[in-house]
Amino acid sequence: MPQELMIGLTIFVLSAFVGFEVITKVPPTLHTPLMSGANAISGIAIIGALLITGRNGEPFELILGVIAIVFATVNVVGGFLVTDRMLQMFKKKDGKSPKA
Amino acid sequence: MDALSTAIGLAYIFAAVLFILGLRYLGSPATARRGNLLAAIAMLIAIIVTLLDRQIVGFTWILIAIIIGTVIGSFSARLVKMTAMPQMVGIFNGLGGGASALVALAEFWRLSILSAELPLDFSITTLLSVFIGGLTFTGSMIAFGKLQGLVSGSPITFPLQKVVNALLMVAVVVLGVLIAGFDPSNILFLIVTLLALTLGVMLVIPIGGADMPVVISLLNSFSGLAACAAGFVVQNHILIIAGALVGAAGLILTQIMCKAMNRPLSNVLFGAFGTGDQAAGAVDAGGDKSVKAVDGEEAAMILGYAQSVVVVPGFGMAAAQAQHAVRELSELLQKRGIEVKFAIHPVAGRMPGHMNVLLAEANVPYTLLFDMDDINPEFPHIDVVLVIGANDVINPAARNDTTSPIYGMPILDVDKARHVMIIKRSLNVGFAGIDNPLFYDPKTLMYFGSAKEKVQELVAEIKKL
Repeated sequence: MPQELMIGLTIFVLSAFVGFEVITKVPPTLHTPLMSGANAISGIAIIGALLITGRNGEPFELILGVIAIVFATVNVVGGFLVTDRMLQMFKKKDGKSPKA
Repeated sequence: MDALSTAIGLAYIFAAVLFILGLRYLGSPATARRGNLLAAIAMLIAIIVTLLDRQIVGFTWILIAIIIGTVIGSFSARLVKMTAMPQMVGIFNGLGGGASALVALAEFWRLSILSAELPLDFSITTLLSVFIGGLTFTGSMIAFGKLQGLVSGSPITFPLQKVVNALLMVAVVVLGVLIAGFDPSNILFLIVTLLALTLGVMLVIPIGGADMPVVISLLNSFSGLAACAAGFVVQNHILIIAGALVGAAGLILTQIMCKAMNRPLSNVLFGAFGTGDQAAGAVDAGGDKSVKAVDGEEAAMILGYAQSVVVVPGFGMAAAQAQHAVRELSELLQKRGIEVKFAIHPVAGRMPGHMNVLLAEANVPYTLLFDMDDINPEFPHIDVVLVIGANDVINPAARNDTTSPIYGMPILDVDKARHVMIIKRSLNVGFAGIDNPLFYDPKTLMYFGSAKEKVQELVAEIKKL
């Protein structure tokens, strides 16, 4: 097995476990924000899109790359903004007894 | 490793740490907003240092694409109504998956032209990336269509559907083996892409509207896995890390949703729930039983002179955008000295936490919102339960009718309260096509009409008391 693949797999497995450990017991109130926040993070594909677009390759590659950047940017920008909008609502409504 | 590559590598590690912290903070109400901000900063760092990479020589197209994406993203995030949040999340999801698929496609295209033989691991990861990403893209678009009402929300089925899906799957595997083992051909790869897109459509169309919380969370998980696979393709570790984190988050939510319905994931995905055939027996049972209907005045009297009221919101409240009216009603009742609580079923609505978001938008304090396990023991002491546009999550058949398709699903025990008042458009069965014996219970009062109008009518009538 190529070494690069082995390193990648190791990182993948460890990250997945970190994910499971970090996100245990989320209160239902936060299910939607967690989902849409995670969703915005999945826009990390933008990094791949930048790499394939930036090397000025074949026109076909360039077209795919540009579409991929647009897609991923909408995902990232929209995702983080909409999550913030939701969380802002959660915040302002309860002045009396904030739950930790 | 030269200085620039080292700096980029270290920045990626920093971004990974911020992503992990961000997700952790997102899991607790007090820190959630900060968590989202940290994740956004992590993304920004990752993007900026990637642009420093020497592989990147042209910036014009990148800038144009980022500007277009930012404009679309920020406008849609600002303008979307809270009731439309499930479909918005669905679209964003699909775009992330689509981006991963495009990256894989472009990379395969480039390398297959350069050489007649591709490394096995490269072929496999590109195939996985385009497959998961493509499927996530179209699957999310169909989910969007269903939630937006562009595609029928009820399960769409046709004869031999599962056989067709299985054949599509087999075709993908066969082509994948051909590409990886024998012929790294562009054309074959394009066909796999098309098959993945088709499968995304085929897998989501037979899933009913009320199962959407599961589908949305699963697609969320997939969009992460697609990014992960794309990370293997372009050999970038930050994609693998972030993708795996999202994959895990989505999977956890999927599990929570499935557990809340007490159905295994396979049943949600392939059960075509509510197509009628499983539910047929249960529907007839409704037959000629009588229900007790009330008008606004009577309903207001019952609510206005109760001591404790529990409100159970469901998709009907979202569909009618009645959340603000509901908040007004609850404040009015509280002013009369009535104890008001909200009971939230984990799968009420169309995405995880849907009701919580809507009530938050309407400024209902989240201290009034109670989870199923917390509120269920209290129902026997509650005077009136007001059900607004919920059906299956309060159906006692889930508890005591072993023939019911939803038997075993944990429900809100509203039938144990002294009175139940149900606001509903008609006696029509819910999405699952299952009749609800609670409607015919002597202590149940049906208050027919659209959620918003009826709640507003209640507010007006109670003010007159």
